[in-house]
Amino acid sequence: MVRLASLIFRNVFRNRRRSLLTLASTAVSLALLSLLLALYQGFFYGDDVSPSQALRMVTRHRVSLTQSLPASHQPRIAQVPGVAKLSAWSWFQGVYKEPKNFFARFAVDPDTIFDIHQDWIVPHDQLEAFKRDRTGCAIGQKIADDYKIKLGDRVTIVGDIYPVTLELKVDAIYQHPPQTECLVFHREYLTELLPKTYTSRDSVGTYLILAQTADQVPGISRAIDTMFDNSPYPTRTESEKEFGRSFLAFLGNIKLFLAAVCAAVTFTILLVSANTVSMAVRERTRETAILRTLGFTPAEILQMVVGESMLISLSGGIIGIGIGWLLATGLTVVAGGFGFRGLKWQAGLVVLVMAILVGFLASLVPAVIASRKNVVESLRFTG
Amino acid sequence: MGVPITYNIRNLVERKATTLMTAVGIGLTVAVLVTALSLVAGLKSVFAGSGDPKQVLVLRKGVDAELSSTVTGEAYQIIRRMPGIATTAAHEPMVSPEGLTVINLPSVDSPAGMNVTVRGLLPIGLAMRTIQIQQGQMFQPGLRQVVVGDSVARRYPDARIGRQIRFGKGLWDVVGVFKAGDSAAGSEIWAGLDQLRGDFEQQGGSNSLLVRLNSASQIPEFSKAIADDQRLGTSVIGEKAYYASMTSSGAPLEVLGFAVAIIMAVGSAFAATNTMYAAVARRSREIGTLRAIGFGRWSILQSFMLESIFLALIGGVLGVLITLPINGLTTGVGSFSTFSEVAFRFKVGFWAIAGGLAFAVLIGAMGGFLPAWAASKKGIIAAMREG
Repeated sequence: MVRLASLIFRNVFRNRRRSLLTLASTAVSLALLSLLLALYQGFFYGDDVSPSQALRMVTRHRVSLTQSLPASHQPRIAQVPGVAKLSAWSWFQGVYKEPKNFFARFAVDPDTIFDIHQDWIVPHDQLEAFKRDRTGCAIGQKIADDYKIKLGDRVTIVGDIYPVTLELKVDAIYQHPPQTECLVFHREYLTELLPKTYTSRDSVGTYLILAQTADQVPGISRAIDTMFDNSPYPTRTESEKEFGRSFLAFLGNIKLFLAAVCAAVTFTILLVSANTVSMAVRERTRETAILRTLGFTPAEILQMVVGESMLISLSGGIIGIGIGWLLATGLTVVAGGFGFRGLKWQAGLVVLVMAILVGFLASLVPAVIASRKNVVESLRFTG
Repeated sequence: MGVPITYNIRNLVERKATTLMTAVGIGLTVAVLVTALSLVAGLKSVFAGSGDPKQVLVLRKGVDAELSSTVTGEAYQIIRRMPGIATTAAHEPMVSPEGLTVINLPSVDSPAGMNVTVRGLLPIGLAMRTIQIQQGQMFQPGLRQVVVGDSVARRYPDARIGRQIRFGKGLWDVVGVFKAGDSAAGSEIWAGLDQLRGDFEQQGGSNSLLVRLNSASQIPEFSKAIADDQRLGTSVIGEKAYYASMTSSGAPLEVLGFAVAIIMAVGSAFAATNTMYAAVARRSREIGTLRAIGFGRWSILQSFMLESIFLALIGGVLGVLITLPINGLTTGVGSFSTFSEVAFRFKVGFWAIAGGLAFAVLIGAMGGFLPAWAASKKGIIAAMREG
């Protein structure tokens, strides 16, 4: 094989235009493949984003997320062994100035929320100010940047689900690398604003829980759900990651879609590469025969063709993974909420293996044909 | 004069393997695009089939979705007496208070569970809708019974007739399956409003009011009357417009589909370029001959462009054929405004097919241009000597 290496290289660089076009075609397709695989991995096999995410759990009403739970669940959940911290986590929704200004707004327990969201980094004095201020709120840096909100500013959120208007003061701005767009405020403030006759005045959307250790998570989940099995408000408790994943179903049957497109892309690359190899082999029919007369064995001819194809597809793979990595990093901004964190090495490795495999498989048939060709007939070939 | 097209077709036939490999590659690209187009077409037709042009939704002011809206019992009583509202044969105003809740059920696509809208209706609400009971019977008001839309019955094993669903204060019997044409209602579960209200302790109020006016032209006047009445705290949106705004729920899949198709098209165009360059190289002598017998450069360019486009069109047709089996398949996407799933069928219709073929032509044109250009630039003598 080593002896053939220089011949393989020369062949690759001989018809530069063709090699380049094939390289470009495989690189583009493999970039797409790495992007799709990255999405698949991020959505369905994503790791925990941070150590504290592995500890976080969400309890919701078993029937659906839109149904609320009573505040009386809180002390009972707090007593479950393994529960370290607990906070209300009620989706307020509402409108900030205009409906298109969309970011999450939650009513929470100010004393515990930053203990549970350990990955939200906030200066100590700001946190204390937020805890003390009944009408205070804390926002992510991205919200502050997007809407040009400074510490101390007033923020008005007009309720839609809840018939109230929140007049909040920004006491804290937290840093969070995946750029969560989330505003949190005191749940007590919401309860006070709601009219006494409001039926779900004393209810909570979901509870956010921090477990003491990650291996306690499944046990806590079971303990909470069993406890409320016969309650009029049964619960479902999941890890934060599973909870986030349940929103994936909103995108439709994304699993099937991604799998189908991956298959289509792979097959296309296979066809493109096979086409290139057969074109090259066909053009070199005479030359291959001359090599045979010079003493090259059919096995060596086969190796040369396969080697050339694999070299091109491997290079295409490496370039493709590079482009795919860039695209995936860009996509993190959009799909970050679903646990997508760019191209991981596992997906990259799969693409690389695919590239090698495609190069090999695509060249197999043309290579066998080339190596078996009758020498005399080939020498006569004029095409 | 142009080079006869049969020349190109014969050449494509002559290089069967290469033609087929390039065409199938383009075909798969086209298939992805046609799938995305038929998804959007299917979703659009569901929402286009929803709503009556004479009907409006009354929602709480500042709210744009039924689920987050509340309308008080008092507002309902006031609105019922407003002028311009159509009436039934029994002179009852066509104002339907509707209560909504969302329940999570395992679906065929997501066994972990997906959200379904449960809508509570009074007899007037049923009277304002055109549906057929496909199986079983309509729910009895006052009983814990529900009827499910045909899409729900198909997609949610727990919501089949004879089964029981748990929500609110206990179990509900599924007593019927209704068909509501190609509309969003097929993705809903319906129950008696009073029974539903009782379970959720909402006295008198509802999420929204569905109002039928005497004519569509009265909508602006009615909206103004509602907006001007400070007691109500409600606003009006046309039912058609309300559903039309939901088409965007397919946007993530649509964008993903288009993006994938475009990236694949770039790859396929490169492959087509390769194939066409090889064709030009092999037929160098022929090109020289064609030039020698009087065909101009323009004719050569045209001829190779046509060949490339024709090659891509074969791919386009293959791509459309690949996607035909998905026509009519049901799938669903979630809508964040209803917070539940809407089911729809893929529609491989005229526009999806036309779009796919046009896309193929584009790929062929992009891929063929450089080789065709190179062919047309060849000098007669040089071309004859080559190959």
